[in-house]
Amino acid sequence: MIYFIEQCLNGVQLGMLLFLLAAGLTLIFGIMDLVNLAHGSLYMLGAYFAATLVAWTDSFLLGVPLALLATLVVGMAVEVVAMRRLYGRDHLDHVLGTFGLILFFNELVRLIWGPAGMTLFLPSWLNAAVPVLPGLYYPLYRVVIIVVTILVALFLYGLVMRTRLGMLIRAGASNREMVGALGINIKLLYTFVFGLGAALAGFAGLMQAPILTVQIGMGENILIVAFVVIVIGGIGSIRGAFVASLFVGMVDTIGRAFFPDLLRLVLSKEAAATAAPALSSMMIYLLMAAVLVLRPEGLFPAANR
Amino acid sequence: MTHLPIVSTRHLMPLAVAGALALAASPAAAQQKTVKIGFISTFSGPTAVIGNDMRNSFELALDHLGRKMGGLPVEVIYEDDQQKPEAGKQKTDKLIESDKVDFIVGYIWSNVLLASLKSAVDSKTFLITSNAGPSQLAGELCSPYVFSTSWQNDQTPQVMGLYMNQKGVKTAFLIGPNYAAGKDMLAGVASTFKGQVVGQELTKWPDQLDFSAELSKARAARPDAIFVFYPGAAGVQFLTQYGQAGLKGQIPLYTAFTIDETTLPRQKDLALGVPGAQEWVNDLPNDENKRFVADYIKKHSGARPSFYGAQTYDAANLVNSAVVAVKGDTSKKDEMRAEMEKANFKSVRGNFKYGKNHMPIQNFYLQDVVKDADGNFVLKTVATIVENDQDRFHDKCPMK
Repeated sequence: MIYFIEQCLNGVQLGMLLFLLAAGLTLIFGIMDLVNLAHGSLYMLGAYFAATLVAWTDSFLLGVPLALLATLVVGMAVEVVAMRRLYGRDHLDHVLGTFGLILFFNELVRLIWGPAGMTLFLPSWLNAAVPVLPGLYYPLYRVVIIVVTILVALFLYGLVMRTRLGMLIRAGASNREMVGALGINIKLLYTFVFGLGAALAGFAGLMQAPILTVQIGMGENILIVAFVVIVIGGIGSIRGAFVASLFVGMVDTIGRAFFPDLLRLVLSKEAAATAAPALSSMMIYLLMAAVLVLRPEGLFPAANR
Repeated sequence: MTHLPIVSTRHLMPLAVAGALALAASPAAAQQKTVKIGFISTFSGPTAVIGNDMRNSFELALDHLGRKMGGLPVEVIYEDDQQKPEAGKQKTDKLIESDKVDFIVGYIWSNVLLASLKSAVDSKTFLITSNAGPSQLAGELCSPYVFSTSWQNDQTPQVMGLYMNQKGVKTAFLIGPNYAAGKDMLAGVASTFKGQVVGQELTKWPDQLDFSAELSKARAARPDAIFVFYPGAAGVQFLTQYGQAGLKGQIPLYTAFTIDETTLPRQKDLALGVPGAQEWVNDLPNDENKRFVADYIKKHSGARPSFYGAQTYDAANLVNSAVVAVKGDTSKKDEMRAEMEKANFKSVRGNFKYGKNHMPIQNFYLQDVVKDADGNFVLKTVATIVENDQDRFHDKCPMK
């Protein structure tokens, strides 16, 4: 039982990390109608900024907000320099343009930080396992990820649903021209939304850095999963992204944890050992296919976001 | 041909000029043959550090050889396999078909090598693998045109299995990536480990970097030890997560190819006290090795070579021995093969012999991570675990 709870926690924690990435993606995709493949690059930049600034300031708690700020600034700069030219064009142009940005950022990171990758070391007080239940020790940092992400989700929900800024963002999503005609600086609004999305991606990158990796191209694989999340959740819906992230995180982890053992009951040991990793990594795509069949618009379609 | 084609002088002139230019430019190319070596490794992405270490070591070996082999200048063409089998095969084909290289050296990844192997063997181009050692290559896929300056994948983990027996480990949990080498490694450790394997996990490779589910599983199985194989950057992530899960001190870790000079700068004290096995360690006391390590550190401002580099340094010297034996006439393939089978060069691991499957028969050492006087983390040799070890697939090789 303890083991099962531990695996569930692993699933929730993975889901939280996915949410941070997917939230920014769904904001940009849903509200600005922009397919941003370079989201993974911003995720990478967040991690590199954090690794550099934490080492530079010698403080985790100081380096992280600075890195977040740096990613926000880079995100807004990217919007002004590159993304603006892409609005109103079709999605293929977005894909091409932002794919170019991926190559650009990968090479830029290679020039600045070198090809070897970096390590973001946690302060020792975070680098421990804590008892979350009697007999169940769980890495403290992973608990921190879960708690912080829930706070970020609440903040986002409040921002989009309860503030004037959020109202403008939602209005801009429905009718860009009308909002502009009413005297709102829609350009600035979009720059802000893109910066917010970038900061969320950077935050996901720096949060995962101490457990996973800081290296070139680190955002590319996880971006695919983030797209799966926003498709399942309903494009443009923060609430959908949250629920879908949890789903995907759980399905992926529980699949990896229990599927091989199930498979061993029906297949030979060797066949199971080879097939299980392949099949369990397919699970989230099967989940997406099932959701698309039942609810083609996703779990929380944009109409009722 | 009875009719000469009618060509006006207007057409002839440019041709003549081009011909004259070609004559003026080409004596070097026409008269002075070169030894052409294709080099395949990973030069992009997270594991590019390994490829760079291999290239640095190969270049250093060429420096030490005066950049000549058998009196001929050496030309090396480096190609990036992006850690992908299909890219590796494509680059191998390119080196063989359009560059017409005499040798192909490199290959970190067993799956990339297996995909590329047929092209080299079919075209009778010598391939020297300086890292990957899939079991198939030592057994049924062995070839007169393929040599290894590394090991067969199973050997290093087999050594770790022996060491685990020595340490009195009764139950073990095995974790590794799901590709050719990962399967070999886990099979290798299981073949010599006398205790019970209580669980075995293969993870998606190379993109799964979160091992939380596997670590939870290992903890729940309550083994005496965890054995793990994660080469390159994945080894950094594994050690980090193992530490954060609070397993260090609870369940000891035994490794193969998880801690080396390319990953140590990022693993630091997470790697302290975690044993590994290797056929080469940077402090092996032979003269060739001292020169290799010292010159590498000097040339690359303090960076240390890894076993990937050492094996690649050896590969350059193996190729050199063959070219010297035929005095630069690389068309004499049988003579070159006969020479290489003697392993007639000074290896930085100390001298070794080849089995009939062209895999080295060599010693394996236990290595440990320590802090040196300057506070750097370095690998050092602790003990010799096996001497003159031959891979367990050589009987399956049809070569005589």
